[in-house]
Amino acid sequence: MTETERTDRTDLLFVGDAADTLPGVFADPGLGGAEPSLVPTAEPEPLTQWALFRRRFKRHKLAIASLGVLILLFVACYGVSLYMPYEKGEQDLTAGAEYQSPSLQHPFGTDELGRDYLTEVLYGGQISLRIGLTVALICTVVGTIAGAVAGFYGGWLDQVLMRLTDLFLIIPALAVLAVAREKFGSSPTMISFVLAGLFWMWIARVVRGQTLALKEKEFVEAARAVGASGPRIIGRHVLPNCIGAIVVNATLQIAAAIITESTLSFLGFGVDGSWGDLLQEARGNYDSHTHLLYFPGLAILLTVLCVNALGDGLRDALDPHAKH
Amino acid sequence: MSTLLFRRLLYSIPVLLIASFLLFWMVRTTYDPTARLAQVRDPATRQHEIERLGLDEPVITQYRIWLGDFLRGDWGESVASRQPVSELIPKALWNTVQLIFWGILVAAIIAITIGVYSAVKQYSTGDYAFTALTYIGISMPPFWFGLIAIHFLAVGPKEWFNLDQVPLNYVGLHSVGESGFNWDYITHLVLPVMTLSIQIIASWTRFQRAATLDVLGSDYIRTARAKGVPRRRVIIRHALRNALIPLVTVMAVDIGLLFGGLIITETIFSIPGMGRLFITSLVGSDVAVIEAWMLVVALFILAFNLVADALYGFLDPRIRVQ
Repeated sequence: MTETERTDRTDLLFVGDAADTLPGVFADPGLGGAEPSLVPTAEPEPLTQWALFRRRFKRHKLAIASLGVLILLFVACYGVSLYMPYEKGEQDLTAGAEYQSPSLQHPFGTDELGRDYLTEVLYGGQISLRIGLTVALICTVVGTIAGAVAGFYGGWLDQVLMRLTDLFLIIPALAVLAVAREKFGSSPTMISFVLAGLFWMWIARVVRGQTLALKEKEFVEAARAVGASGPRIIGRHVLPNCIGAIVVNATLQIAAAIITESTLSFLGFGVDGSWGDLLQEARGNYDSHTHLLYFPGLAILLTVLCVNALGDGLRDALDPHAKH
Repeated sequence: MSTLLFRRLLYSIPVLLIASFLLFWMVRTTYDPTARLAQVRDPATRQHEIERLGLDEPVITQYRIWLGDFLRGDWGESVASRQPVSELIPKALWNTVQLIFWGILVAAIIAITIGVYSAVKQYSTGDYAFTALTYIGISMPPFWFGLIAIHFLAVGPKEWFNLDQVPLNYVGLHSVGESGFNWDYITHLVLPVMTLSIQIIASWTRFQRAATLDVLGSDYIRTARAKGVPRRRVIIRHALRNALIPLVTVMAVDIGLLFGGLIITETIFSIPGMGRLFITSLVGSDVAVIEAWMLVVALFILAFNLVADALYGFLDPRIRVQ
């Protein structure tokens, strides 16, 4: 699995915690980190971790493009009321206004009530994007803290976390989500919390694994020796070194949340008006009005593809040693 | 090895008990098992049911009563069909098992072939094309793939070519009056199997590619090549065998998940399997079915996790020592 291992010298320094103690090492004029100077005595400007990350990320053209598309999508969905001439759910019941094929006036066509489908899809995107981001945020915060604490301190905390993951491994997730919807209601916030409740332990497990490996490293030992407290070691030395895994997993959670939510909505157990819900309504249009089938699905596909590509780019940039 | 498995088995009993209790608790606090008796005039009937299920007792007592009944084979009665749940679930299970069998077979063949090809021809055009395809496969919601497949492979062709019938069926596993393994069955199977396996194929292909690349870089492959073993033989005899070990365990886990994971496929294609049973029960608040369903599915997932553990130890001697 050595396919994408990078050979940059700077990458080798990234994993250690040496950035703040050895700033000079990061200066690498050979890679264009500093302006080439004619005066040989001039100190090359040291590169920060952030600069290194940016440089590696910029090489990943696909990830950059994906980030651009995602930002565009986000702005398009949340700014929809500013530029679309139609309102959410605005019906046009005049004869012939329903089931129009895509045209200049209605780029995605219209549905059975003459609603502009592009507007509906964009409003649906608000729900999907919001759920994806909320789930990822909750999972990342809770999972990271739980994983780091469990891995670092071990003991009963660790036991509880591991047993919990064993437990959730055998619980049929989609079934639980459907029942939970009956129990807690179907607002996007509620669905996000339930999804996060099912997803957080995967990040926790990853962070725990990394923490277990990192806490044996010399720099943690050194920090202990100079009297750093547990929380400080976790915050200063352990978590910054897990950042690659954490960010990549966060993007995976966004993708998983968007797909799971749309699946739930498609089955009729999700949020009204989301992409999955639009597809549920469009279901059955196999022979006519197929535009109703295409667009919400393409929107999900595009979003999840971009999120996944972004995740790949971030992994390469944050953690060049990670194996694919 | 066997002691390790035995320990895993023992350990999985409490895990299963706790998981099933949590699921039971969730269902009991969400649905009212006596709702179906609301129409019955005589309040004594309802009172009798409440006492029988222990509904005025704490949930833990209710769980004990329910689990006891479950173990004795009394899984309750479905409201919708008036049939015992212990007959409904095996019937649904059989349809699901058929789908899983064909889906896994197709997925394994395709994923292993493409995965090994991509690894052997790393960075070739084919490799890039397959990588892009797996990317799309993973990012695509499976239910949408099913809908689009029905449009392009069943309903669409019928219209475009003026056929009398759809070339591929998308309702159920058999036409009315047909049964057994025949052409009718196959035309009914193609679309659901595609839908359920698309994501599995994508993820297994990536997995197989990575595993094969890993093995191809190892010393014993170089040794085999150095001895003059032909390349084709090295790949099949030396590399593939070892590269399959990780995939086999992943396969076992994924098969377990499919027992409760075919909800989408069975809903789209109206196949009366476990997933469809669950959705119809949920819509009809059919508590007895939901409760038994969750435990049965959890049992299958757990069993296949154990199979994965066992296979891993069996296939890879290095694991046994630990």
